Amino acid sequence: MSEKQYTKQHEWLSVDGDVGTVGISEHAQDQLGDVVYVELPAVGKTLEANAEMAVVESNKAASDVYAPVAGEVIEVNPQLEERPELINESAEDKGWLVKLRLNADASADSLMSAADYQNFVKNES
Amino acid sequence: MSEETKQARSKGLHLEELLLFEIDSDACGVDMDEPEDFTPRLGGLQRKDAIGLPGLSEPQVMRHYSRLARQNYSIDDGIYPLGSCTMKHNPRLNEKMARLPGFADIHPLQPVSSVPGALRLMEALSEKLRLLTGMPAIAMTPRAGAHGELCGMMAIRSALESRGGEAAGRKRILAPESAHGTNPATAAMLGFEVDPIRATSRGEIDFEELRSKLDSSVAAIMITNPNTCGLFETQMIEIADAIHDVGGYLYCDGANFNAILGRVRPGDLGVDAMHINLHKTFSTPHGGGGPGAGPVALSERLASFAPLPCVLSTQDGLRLIETQADAHEHGASPFGRLGAFHGQMGMFTRALTYILSHGGDGLRQVSGDAVLNANYVRASLQDVLEVAFDRICMHEALFSDGTLQADGVSTLDFAKAMIDRGVHPMTMYFPLVVHGAMLIEPTESESKASLDSFISLMRELAQSSAEDKKAFAKAPLHAPRKRLDETKAARKPVLSWRG
Amino acid sequence: MRYLPLCERERAEMCARIGVASVEELFHDIPASVRLDAKTQLLPDHLGEIEVEAVMRELAAGNRAAGDGPFFVGAGAYRHHVPASVDHLVQRSEFMTSYTPYQAEIAQGNLQAMFEFQSFVSLLTGMEVANSSMYDGSTACSEAVAMAHRITGRKKAVLAGGLHPHYREVVETMSRFAGDEVENLEIGSKDVGIDRIDGETSCIVVQTPDFFGNLHDLTALGEAAHKHGALLIAVTTEVVSLGLLRSPGSMGADITAAEGQSLGNSLNFGGPYVGLFATREKHLRKMPGRLVGETTDEDGRRGFVLTLSAREQHIRRQNATSNICTNSNLCAMAFAIHLALLGEKGLQRLARINHARAVRLADMLDSIAGVKLVNENFFNEFTIEIEGRNGSDVIESLAGENILGGVPAARFYPENESMRSLVVVAATELCRDEDMQRYHDSLRNLLKGEKS
Repeated sequence: MSEKQYTKQHEWLSVDGDVGTVGISEHAQDQLGDVVYVELPAVGKTLEANAEMAVVESNKAASDVYAPVAGEVIEVNPQLEERPELINESAEDKGWLVKLRLNADASADSLMSAADYQNFVKNES
Repeated sequence: MSEETKQARSKGLHLEELLLFEIDSDACGVDMDEPEDFTPRLGGLQRKDAIGLPGLSEPQVMRHYSRLARQNYSIDDGIYPLGSCTMKHNPRLNEKMARLPGFADIHPLQPVSSVPGALRLMEALSEKLRLLTGMPAIAMTPRAGAHGELCGMMAIRSALESRGGEAAGRKRILAPESAHGTNPATAAMLGFEVDPIRATSRGEIDFEELRSKLDSSVAAIMITNPNTCGLFETQMIEIADAIHDVGGYLYCDGANFNAILGRVRPGDLGVDAMHINLHKTFSTPHGGGGPGAGPVALSERLASFAPLPCVLSTQDGLRLIETQADAHEHGASPFGRLGAFHGQMGMFTRALTYILSHGGDGLRQVSGDAVLNANYVRASLQDVLEVAFDRICMHEALFSDGTLQADGVSTLDFAKAMIDRGVHPMTMYFPLVVHGAMLIEPTESESKASLDSFISLMRELAQSSAEDKKAFAKAPLHAPRKRLDETKAARKPVLSWRG
Repeated sequence: MRYLPLCERERAEMCARIGVASVEELFHDIPASVRLDAKTQLLPDHLGEIEVEAVMRELAAGNRAAGDGPFFVGAGAYRHHVPASVDHLVQRSEFMTSYTPYQAEIAQGNLQAMFEFQSFVSLLTGMEVANSSMYDGSTACSEAVAMAHRITGRKKAVLAGGLHPHYREVVETMSRFAGDEVENLEIGSKDVGIDRIDGETSCIVVQTPDFFGNLHDLTALGEAAHKHGALLIAVTTEVVSLGLLRSPGSMGADITAAEGQSLGNSLNFGGPYVGLFATREKHLRKMPGRLVGETTDEDGRRGFVLTLSAREQHIRRQNATSNICTNSNLCAMAFAIHLALLGEKGLQRLARINHARAVRLADMLDSIAGVKLVNENFFNEFTIEIEGRNGSDVIESLAGENILGGVPAARFYPENESMRSLVVVAATELCRDEDMQRYHDSLRNLLKGEKS
């Protein structure tokens, strides 16, 4: 699996072959607070890069999650329906949201490395 | 919960209460005789299963709701300084008048000839609102503020469409970041796109930024004045001129009309549409969250698009216009209908009673005292809490969590500590443009003694936050409940009795 | 001024603390060119209670109250007896003068009452989840259509011919502005439109009992809708009927929108009323309006909070499920108190009485020559055709004899020739035998002669 890469909207992406796993960052879950519900896309849906992919709701906010790259939804995290708190407990691992089959021409070049993302978060706040 | 738990947890006047379903005793609180035998004509659609309702006698029902009532704080109990909500005294004369059979016991569809008094009442209230706003027409039917926004924005869309050409396609709405959530939600319902405008360091809309975004693609500006920071938008006239110059309209969210009654007429500021929350400004009771009423004042340019039905003054006296054909005959082009029947008549009765009781002089005193009280609170707390904008405010005083944050106390904790001191907290975390916002609106109903006692407890709390942040995090300790687990409620929603 | 506590001395002291010379100075942010001074009199001066009461009573006296004589008007609002304790309880300060329960710890009374209200609405409609009320039935109906569009991703609503005409107009208005499509079935037709559903249909909206009083079995319609991936929206304007009739949920409805005025609330010339809104659990997150949920406090005690608010405008802003902010809380409270008093037995009995009254009146009127009962079945409201007559004229003439005999269909459909002679007539537990007899006799005299 590749190193995680991050977007400015606080999604992470990790790529294994032609499959990308997407979630929200540790920083994002911290900002949201207790996650109470996750709205996930239908398997089979194709998404352009930056298309609205999912919604993560906490008590105080509802946050749209965007596809970091273009692809087709091949799996959604089946545990989140029963246990949305997984996002708080393990945002960048067990709390993953969606697996995408990346389009052949999908590019993750615009995404940030973990270190760059940390800097980005620091400057944002 | 069981009867035993209820008893065990009740102490003194702290009374626990069960759910109606847990009190079920197979009784009935209404006596009526069974009808004589007859042949039903229900086409075989009779219900076969039980509904599942509990059965209680009248004393059981009375006791249930009386015990529940004691678990609510209300404006009749003490200061209720929710900013933007205008919790003022609800005169009981209004209730008495609304219950006169000539108002409460008339049907919206009985012959119009049998309800001339109802039409006169609607026209009388409309006239008073026209005089107070300086605007020529009032759309009476919206059910609440957000419904009024919808009405005003629909009138604007209709006016744009009737102009045709480029105007019909305008999609952009400019609105300040500090707007009520209903503003962008309303605009989105109508297919508009909202472009947010920043605020200046003085808490007003950034006119330069606004001007730079203005062009002929803008349908309207939605602006709240006095705004949600409790400040008067001093450049309102310039803003109106600017939007009119590019062929757009000015929508004013009139949630805070209370503050400027008799001080300025929105019509004189160039407003094209403004809803009036009768439940805020004219004191129809909030009732735990409704019903409200949101009549909309319209400028000459929008008046003819007002929705059905409306009361028109004609040569033959007042007429209730209910159909498009009838409206067209009278030169109007209503954009449609927003609700069944003729609007919140029960609220009209109360609002008119309130207006007559106050008169022009009293209403001017209302805004004067409301603004005076808010400024008094601001001036009396500004050394212990951080004011968001250091200037004279209108009807509400806005503080940030600046000084509290340093002590590790959140706005939420502070509010919960206020509960333990026997007052209702202010509005928290709104407007969004101020960190940890605390928006205090005392209203004109508070006496100086009440304000002084509120101020002194707020000062004590603010000054103790440094020493005792743990106590804040635990509050409230003395309310009917300690902090409730909102996360649990939202993760596994239980929205009805599952006995 | 009796509602304003401050005196001049206090005002002066407060100004001094603020650092202004006068209250007027606090308004200096208002441009001087438009600022009004104390000499500008927008309205006459204030009045005492005695004077205000006189003005209001004079206006009220101009109206013929429903209780002033025989009364048979319905068509979406119904005159029922409301027990005295209902109005007493809703006027309690703690209910009437509190706000939306944002501070749950000191609003448990409201929250629990709304939780019970939601439970009642779920039970009555046979649906799994209900919100804590909407403005009224008509706006609940248009919110239901918008919700169906969100769920299905489609834009076309089919409205059955028996939908209340005002509800239809509200849906049409909202849809036009939202860029959605509305297809109307023939007005007055008893056909509920199974063959009009196709792959483009988002929802079909059917009222039962409908505007003309007809009852509809929605089961087959629901199945047809679901086969096409569309939703069935069931509308009810007379909620007492649910005491006797199969619930919308048991007939396959996906969303129910109803007017709840009949229980606990006066006629009030049309408002405020209370919209009931219920749906299936799977659609919960797409639902508009305020919701109360059960939870526990830090000591593990049961309590109630506003929940799932991330759907709402104050958080989601332009992405909210609706712009709605207010519910019709106090009217919902009145509804719940009345229903608590009635209970299972009382509501069912009330519904039977209503039906019995209507059956009796329908037979009496149908016996008059020139009058024909249009309905095969009905609950407490039915439609008569007064052959060769203009229904509006007949109702006016009856009103001249102090009988309010119903609602002429032509009031809503002035251009529709088939509506000209139709009158919608309602009977509730408040219609006495002698009222019905007077109605019968006056109508018969008006039309001259009885059927043989």
